[in-house]
Amino acid sequence: MTREQAATLIGERFGMAQVEGVSPFVVSLPVDQWVGFAQFAKDTLGCRFFAFSTAVDWKEQGLEVVARVDNLDDGISISMKTRLGAGVSACPSLVPVYRGANWMERECYDMFGIRFEGHPDLRRILLADDWEGHPLLKSYAVDTPHPPYR
Amino acid sequence: MEIKAPIPVIPAPIWRDIKDLQEWERLRQHRPEGDKHSALFESVTEGVHRFPGGFVVTTAADAFFNWARKSSVWPVTFGLACCAIEMMATFASRFDVERLGMVPWASPRHSDLMVVSGTVTIKMAPMLERIYDQMPDPKWALSMGSCANSGGPFRHGYHVVKGVDRVIPIDVYVPGCPPPPESLLNGLLLLQEQISHFRRTGQRAAPNPKVD
Repeated sequence: MTREQAATLIGERFGMAQVEGVSPFVVSLPVDQWVGFAQFAKDTLGCRFFAFSTAVDWKEQGLEVVARVDNLDDGISISMKTRLGAGVSACPSLVPVYRGANWMERECYDMFGIRFEGHPDLRRILLADDWEGHPLLKSYAVDTPHPPYR
Repeated sequence: MEIKAPIPVIPAPIWRDIKDLQEWERLRQHRPEGDKHSALFESVTEGVHRFPGGFVVTTAADAFFNWARKSSVWPVTFGLACCAIEMMATFASRFDVERLGMVPWASPRHSDLMVVSGTVTIKMAPMLERIYDQMPDPKWALSMGSCANSGGPFRHGYHVVKGVDRVIPIDVYVPGCPPPPESLLNGLLLLQEQISHFRRTGQRAAPNPKVD
């Protein structure tokens, strides 16, 4: 499959999604098509490699979840993006599609506080279990005290 | 042509041959300045007392014990970050801290010194405190590198303790990022100097919970 064929397939199936670029494809999706597009990318486009998942805090515009999947055989890379909306911290989980998303989404929950619905084991992965807050949010103060050490 | 008489060579007597105090003092005065054996002897000796049939050297118990302590500091191997590489280089054969009496030991229960080498995160701080508590008194701690001293480049991060002295009391701070083995050796020599003047055993300063 070439990149042109992939672009055509994305346009046919997800015409409402905003697609930018060619390598990688940057696909901006509504939240309700998040898992559907991941399944489509894995099955139809052959993107079987889940590279990473992270998030961006756009302050009052809300959070944006980013995932990158790759078709290593044909050199097709897709960056999936979805805006959760202001004040929303719930997002459907990609773990039913990609098992590699498990720890990535745990880290995303750890740092941004995004609740991935459908995740089998959503708890903190890097920070301590008794940590309060999510430190990569823009609203998290850098000098937040952590007694007794700070 | 004048023929000079040969210079008489006086053999240095061993300590068993010294009969009285005057002879001992004469020998001691003839030692050159900076002689390491007499300097070592003077550092642990407070007085020499005459005694029927010989003499007695007295010393303060603190001075003697501190001399023994500083001559055999066993650091527990506790590497946290990139500073640990320099610490390992210091402990290895090129820089060789065993000539200072130090043996890197893998158990905190047999160790006197903790070299905190690297970044102490908030998640790691309870374990560091626990290992420090497992060491028997008297014990010392050396903070190695900018991260352990003050948080270093991660001071304004969310996850780093801003100086390991907020967790355990620290005796010597070694600056650098990371400090080369020469700096760490200098810090270890400073620590030995500090141990030799360590008067009250077991009396340690409390960790300083600084507030920004």
